[in-house]
Order: sequence, then structure tokens, then C-alpha cells
Amino acid sequence: MSTLANSKMSVQLQSKESTANEQMETSNSNVETSGIVYDTKDLNLWYSETHALKDINLSIHEKEVTAIIGPSGCGKSTYIKTLNRMVELVPGVQTTGTISYKNKNILDKSFKVEDLRTQVGMVFQKPNPFPKSIYENIVYGPKIHGIRNKKVLDEIVETSLRGAYIWDEVKDRLNENAYGLSGGQQQRLCIARALAVQPDVILMDEPTSALDPKSTLKIEELVQELKKDYSIIIVTHNMQQAARISDRTAFFLNGEVVEYDETDTIFTNPSDSRTEDYISGRFG
Amino acid sequence: MIKQMDASQLRSRMNRRVRANTVWKTIFLLATLFGLFVLAILIIRVVSQGASWIDMDFLTGRLSTDAERAGIMGALLGTVWVMFVVIPVTLIIGVGTAIYLELYAKKGKFQSFIETNISNLAGVPSIVYGLLGLTVFVRLADLGNVVLAGGLTLALLVLPILIVSAQEAIRAVPAHLSEASYGMGATKWQTIRRVVLPAALPSILTGSILALSRAIGETAPLTVLGIPALLIPFPEGLFDTFTALPMQIYYWTLDSSLVAEYANLAAATIIVLLVLLFVLNSVAIFIRNKFQQRY
Ligand SMILES: Nc1ncnc2c1ncn2[C@@H]1O[C@H](COP(=O)(O)OP(=O)(O)OP(=O)(O)O)[C@@H](O)[C@H]1O
Ligand SMILES: [Mg+2]
Repeated sequence: MSTLANSKMSVQLQSKESTANEQMETSNSNVETSGIVYDTKDLNLWYSETHALKDINLSIHEKEVTAIIGPSGCGKSTYIKTLNRMVELVPGVQTTGTISYKNKNILDKSFKVEDLRTQVGMVFQKPNPFPKSIYENIVYGPKIHGIRNKKVLDEIVETSLRGAYIWDEVKDRLNENAYGLSGGQQQRLCIARALAVQPDVILMDEPTSALDPKSTLKIEELVQELKKDYSIIIVTHNMQQAARISDRTAFFLNGEVVEYDETDTIFTNPSDSRTEDYISGRFG
Repeated sequence: MIKQMDASQLRSRMNRRVRANTVWKTIFLLATLFGLFVLAILIIRVVSQGASWIDMDFLTGRLSTDAERAGIMGALLGTVWVMFVVIPVTLIIGVGTAIYLELYAKKGKFQSFIETNISNLAGVPSIVYGLLGLTVFVRLADLGNVVLAGGLTLALLVLPILIVSAQEAIRAVPAHLSEASYGMGATKWQTIRRVVLPAALPSILTGSILALSRAIGETAPLTVLGIPALLIPFPEGLFDTFTALPMQIYYWTLDSSLVAEYANLAAATIIVLLVLLFVLNSVAIFIRNKFQQRY
């Protein structure tokens, strides 16, 4: 259907002209708000040989849910792992370009990763609690940051577990091993564990793909609640999920951002035919 | 239907396949039984020769040329003292090396060069370590053939085994656990100390106990160091001369042509050594079963 090639929001990366538009846009929006948490400029990333991210330009908004969609291998995980520099754990990764987080370039080697990851929490595809008690899982982060006071830790445990809507289910078994929880509970525990460090941003890489529909729904509701206080970036393979819970959606393909717009627009009136093909299930 | 498969042919082939299966199963069973059989003969022989010689006096007695009065307290103490050297040295150096190689060293030529050489060292005959110990600890460091020299030599001997097993233990800790830790802003050291090591510890301990039991049983390097089995006083520290259980067995066996009862003493000492090794291995298995975590 739409051959509208020139939607103002779409990010046409190859053309110099639209890059110029993009820059104008961001400089305009700078005035109205500091509502951008992450500003990615001309980001390229290589895994030794593979060119996994190509000229990414994306602005991620504060206290919104940003969904990242796209077929397998298009670079979604790579991108969000770049946002907390977890991607550096892979040997031989190289990046160019900048990612400003609160106006500082996190790709600059002088930016402490420990500091970044304290402000930016992450939830992984497979629930990965530590083989410890529920309590110990939650206080892991605070303890890392030097909090020793038992009273403070107890408080953190309760607020974090409440924040992840799992308090009522586990409050009587805080000293039991986290592996005794169901998959969905484990994932919410992992979210609570991330909250315990009091981050500003939460990155989620397909957080529900290993879960049953009911647990998935719970996590989705949780995300809706969390966005009041946190900026959330979520990778998902589930189109309905992206449509249900996100405010903006970025469509990745072969390491590029094909289209980035408000979720409603992406799903009802995409400007790139590849986006439309993907969300209507014609490939991927 | 597929024409190429004639039913009667299929059935006869089926019978042949089932028979082949039975034959192979029997061969494997016999292979296992052979090992058990040899072990049984060994144990029966040793026990029949030595069991009646083991009593409290034998365990706590001093060495004597009179077979009836001889005891192995000195050798037992020597073995224990040597372990006091071997355990901390191998644990600290071995686990440290494994941590460095697995978690810090950049994967590359240098790292794989070191790893290959460690594996090679694990295969070097123990007598060569004896020569190394003699040159470095006994002569160069001028320690003499004391507990410290013997312990360090045996530590070197089992170090490669321990490094390799600790590396495997560390590698077996799932990456998603350390990722969770890094994801919360932990440093590498915090992640190692709080996540990786606790998860790897049961396997590391199991590996080190097995390495230890290897060290306890070694004789060749100790003979090269010139460890005696004479009437020496009980060792009381790292710088005392000593003898060890395998040395005792070795000398009594050598001299059994002179005094026939020495063969019984050697057998009795073998039983003590086997029991010791059996206990150590049971502890290792216990640790593995009890503390091994599910991920
Ligand atoms: N550790 C790595 N080493 C080398 N190449 C990698 C590594 N991780 C990812 N890649 C490559 O980078 C590209 C992007 O991978 P990425 O994991 O980001 O995709 P994805 O969009 O998250 O896919 P999926 O939906 O399957 O999770 C792929 O071509 C992949 O093969
Ligand atoms: Mg992925």
C-alpha cells in the first residue's frame, strides 16, 4: 500500500538529506525537553567480521516504553546490549559513533561501565536468578554497591519485590532458593533484582519469550506500571506485545533501523513497505 | 510401499542386528569385569597378607627393624605434614592460575600456548618432577630432603591436574549468571568472588581432593629426593626430615627378601594407604553431590 517514502519521522539512514532532517529535529526537541534518555548517533558495531549495526540513529524517550522489533539476527539484542555496554563482554567488538546518555557519551572509554550499568538495569531472555535465596538475589546489587545495613537492605527487598508485583507471592519464603519459583515468578524476581539497584532505565531482551501466556500478561502489566518511573526498552518478537505495551517502536532489519515512530503509526500506517511486510507477517 | 525392503530379508537382518547388540554388550561387560577382577585379586592378596598385622600398635608405633614391633606413625605423620604443604600451595596457585586463564587472559595465541603446556605438564612422568624438586628445592634452595621440599615437589606434580580441573569448573558456571552480575554494575572481581567462585567451588574442591590423593600415593619423586625410611624422629615441622606411606611400602617391599615379614608390613601399609585414599575420594563424591548447584 503506502509508497509514502518521505514521512518525517521515518529514519532513512542512507540518504544524507534525511540525516540532516534528523539532526534538525533533535536540535529542535532539545529546546522543549530533556525528555530524551538515549541519543544514538551514527552507531556502527562489528563483531570482528560481522557488521551487526549500521549507522543507527535513534532517540529514546524518557519514561516511555520503546519496543524494538525485527527478524532474527537483525541486531536487536546487539543494540540494547550496547546501551549498557554488555556487548563488550564479547571479545573483538568494535564500535563507532556515539550514544549520549543524559548528555554524556557512554561509548567513551572514560565512562565507567559500572556506573552506567547501575543506572541502566537489564532483564534477560531466560530468567537468570542466582542459585541463592530470594532475599539474597535482591540484595545482590545493593551489596555490590556497598550497602551493608540490614534494615536498609530489608527495606530495599520489600520495595523491589512490591515494585515487581511479586511481594505477595514470595513474602513468606524470602529465604527459600529462587530456583523453587516458577519461570514467570523467576522473571519478575529478576525484574525486582534490577529495580533494587534503583536504575533509571530498564533494558529487556525478549523478557517473556520463555514464559507461558499468563506470566507474559503479568510482565506486560508490570511494564505498564514501571514506565511511570522508568524508561523501558524492550526487544520482542511478539507483534501484539509491541503494539499493546509500547509507546514507540523501532523496526530493525539487517542491522539498520528501517523505521522508528510512534507505535500506533508503525502498526497502522507504516511508511516503509518492509515494515508493513514484517508486521503483517510476510517475513521474519 | 518400498519394494526394496523384502520382509523376510528384513527379519533375518533384524535378528543379526539384535545378536550383534548382545555380543557387544557382553564384550563391554567383560572389559568392566576384567578391571574389577584385577582389583579384587589385588585387594584379596593385600588383605590376606596384611590385615592381621594392623592394630593400634602398628598405626601408632615407631619404625623398627623388628617386624613384630614396627609401626608406621612416622610415615603417617610425614604424609600429613606433606599435605599441609601441598593443599595450600596447589589451591592458591592452581585456582589463581585457572581464574587468570579463564577470566582475565585475553583469548589468543599466548593464552592457548600456556594452556597447551599445562596440559602437557599433566602428562610429564612423576620422576621428572622428582628431579626438578631435587634440583630446585633440595639443592638450589638448599632445603635438604625435608617436608617443605617434598611438599613443594608433590605440589608441582599435581598442579597441572588441579589447574585443568579448576578451569573446567569455572567454565561450567553458566554465563548468564555472571551477566546478571555485570548487568547490575558489579566489577569483574565482585562477579568472580560472589558469583563465579561460589558456583565453581564444589567442583574445584572435588578436583583438588582427587589431585591430592594422587600426591599422597606418589613414590617416584620422593625416591629421587632421597626421602629415607630410616629410624628418624617423627617430623614436627616443615623443616624436618620425614618419610611417607608410599616410601615405607617401597622400602619394606625391597627388604622383604631379607626379612619375610616385611612383605606383611608392606601389605598392611598398603591397606592403610588405600583406606586413606578411599576416605578422600568419598569426601570428594560427598562434596560433589551435596553442594553441586543446579543452574
Ligand atoms: N557474540 C557474537 N559474536 C559474533 N557475532 C554475533 C555475536 N552475537 C551476535 N552476532 C551476530 O550479530 C548479528 C545480530 O545479532 P543479534 O543477536 O543482535 O540479533 P537479534 O536481532 O537479537 O536476533 P534474535 O531475534 O534471534 O535474538 C547476527 O548476525 C549475529 O550472528
Ligand atoms: Mg536477540
